[in-house]
Amino acid sequence: MTTMTERTYGFTDLPRLMALMTGAEKHGPAATSTLDALWVLYDRVLRVGPERLDDPERDRFLLSKGHGPMAYYAVLAAKGFLPLEWLPGFGSYDSPLGHHPDRVLVPGAEIGSGSLGHGLPIAVGTALGLRAQGRPDPAVWVLIGDAELDEGSNHEAIAFAGPAGLDRLHTIVIDNSSASHARPGGIAARFEAAGWSADTVDGRDHEALHAAFTAPHPGRPRVVVARVEPKHAPAPSRT
Amino acid sequence: MDTMRERFAPVVTRLLDEDPRVAVVLAEIGRDGFAEAERRHPDRVVNVGIREQLLIGTGAGLALTGMRPVMHTFASFLVERPFEQVKLDLGHQDVGAVLVSAAASFDWPAGGYTHMAPGDVALLDTLDGWTVHVPGHPDEAEALLRHAVGAGKTKDDKVYVRLSVQSNECALAVDGQRFLTVREGRRGVVVAVGPMLDAVLAATEGLDVTVLYATTMRPFDAGALRRATEAAGTDVVLVEPYLAGTSTAAANDALADVPHRVLGLGVGRPKLRRYGQIEEHVTAHGLDAHSLRKSIADFLDTRINRPAVGPRLTPA
Repeated sequence: MTTMTERTYGFTDLPRLMALMTGAEKHGPAATSTLDALWVLYDRVLRVGPERLDDPERDRFLLSKGHGPMAYYAVLAAKGFLPLEWLPGFGSYDSPLGHHPDRVLVPGAEIGSGSLGHGLPIAVGTALGLRAQGRPDPAVWVLIGDAELDEGSNHEAIAFAGPAGLDRLHTIVIDNSSASHARPGGIAARFEAAGWSADTVDGRDHEALHAAFTAPHPGRPRVVVARVEPKHAPAPSRT
Repeated sequence: MDTMRERFAPVVTRLLDEDPRVAVVLAEIGRDGFAEAERRHPDRVVNVGIREQLLIGTGAGLALTGMRPVMHTFASFLVERPFEQVKLDLGHQDVGAVLVSAAASFDWPAGGYTHMAPGDVALLDTLDGWTVHVPGHPDEAEALLRHAVGAGKTKDDKVYVRLSVQSNECALAVDGQRFLTVREGRRGVVVAVGPMLDAVLAATEGLDVTVLYATTMRPFDAGALRRATEAAGTDVVLVEPYLAGTSTAAANDALADVPHRVLGLGVGRPKLRRYGQIEEHVTAHGLDAHSLRKSIADFLDTRINRPAVGPRLTPA
């Protein structure tokens, strides 16, 4: 369903695009933890495109978890935001593609990220700015990691956005069980306690992701917790 | 006379009325002054609660959508606590904002060290592209606030406005860029910053020195300092109402190609662990007229007896 000037790339092309950056044909779960959620968003949900980078009515996607951005760059390349020729230079001095994205250098990147816990507060301001300018249509999306939620700045934003009724704000939490201190179900519970609409889905199931991303949530911000394989193998039982 | 801070909310309220791009973000502090503005512009006056990381992040998000955010709280909670947000959410995202602080170095001495921020300007000095205004009178604060908000013609204009209850008796016609020449002499240049002017004028009464008045400290008006030293010589004293020496490097850079001396006076680094009154802290840091006179006169009197022609460092 993607129309491009040169050719169309699909989800199955993404490992090859990532390989242009990593030099490896196969990628572990950590490198691809965001891949499915990103693809479903860019392929089926976000109203964005390389031809409307400055369109005030575009949706905004803020990659807060700037670590491991190969999946993000691969999706942006597949969707025509940046040329494939950029990918092999990943991380080099002359490349716009760093190990953490820079919005000034990467077409389509709404924010520069890398230091954790900055995206959600900026997304709150973005949603407020669109509302103040009478633009109810653009949706604001921010993607964070489960361990990124350790950062207290997220909780300032979560606690504000619910009572403020920022219903154009959407958060995706990629949960690969990488937080050192966490309780089962704790992620969604914290958002729900602040008044968010919350759902937890299989982060590899494209239909489940799409359904969760497009479910109505009138008057409330929305969080989708996308569960993927644990980053670290489970610790052996001590019993 | 009203205070700079009492002037802040009415001025910005008018700017909210005039310019639909302007938005105010607060973190509880200062909210009362914006009650009427909040009724008139509920979407452009945002109080995020006691959340200073969110204060800056929210302003950054507003700026990303094309608005001109004005963020306000005490200096310690505006610049120091969320410093990484100032560095990344504004600077690294390449968006502009106006940060307006209150409480300054020790406006509320009874509140103690937690509410003092003498290091705010020095911290911003570690970053690129910040304009820093230090008004010395409520009228100047009004002019500089208007200048700061209006400066958002290019969207990455980052401006810090440092409000204080310390104030000079009279306002001067500040333009948001240049130092003003208040007095001319031949034995040195004293740069009085913002609220320090009255004390500096009293301290230098009868001394043969040029007094420059500075309310915009970044960018530093190197040209004005150089011109002043042509007649007054290159002994320079900076009197700043925040951390002593904050602008010493800027003055040195302005005079890099001529022999010169710089004395940086301001708020001392050691913690006093004292409460009390503003005047007591002014005196404790040597910023009252009597102490300033002694520091300035001692500095000018102890000039090194340099030979008229120094030893050559390079062969002829």
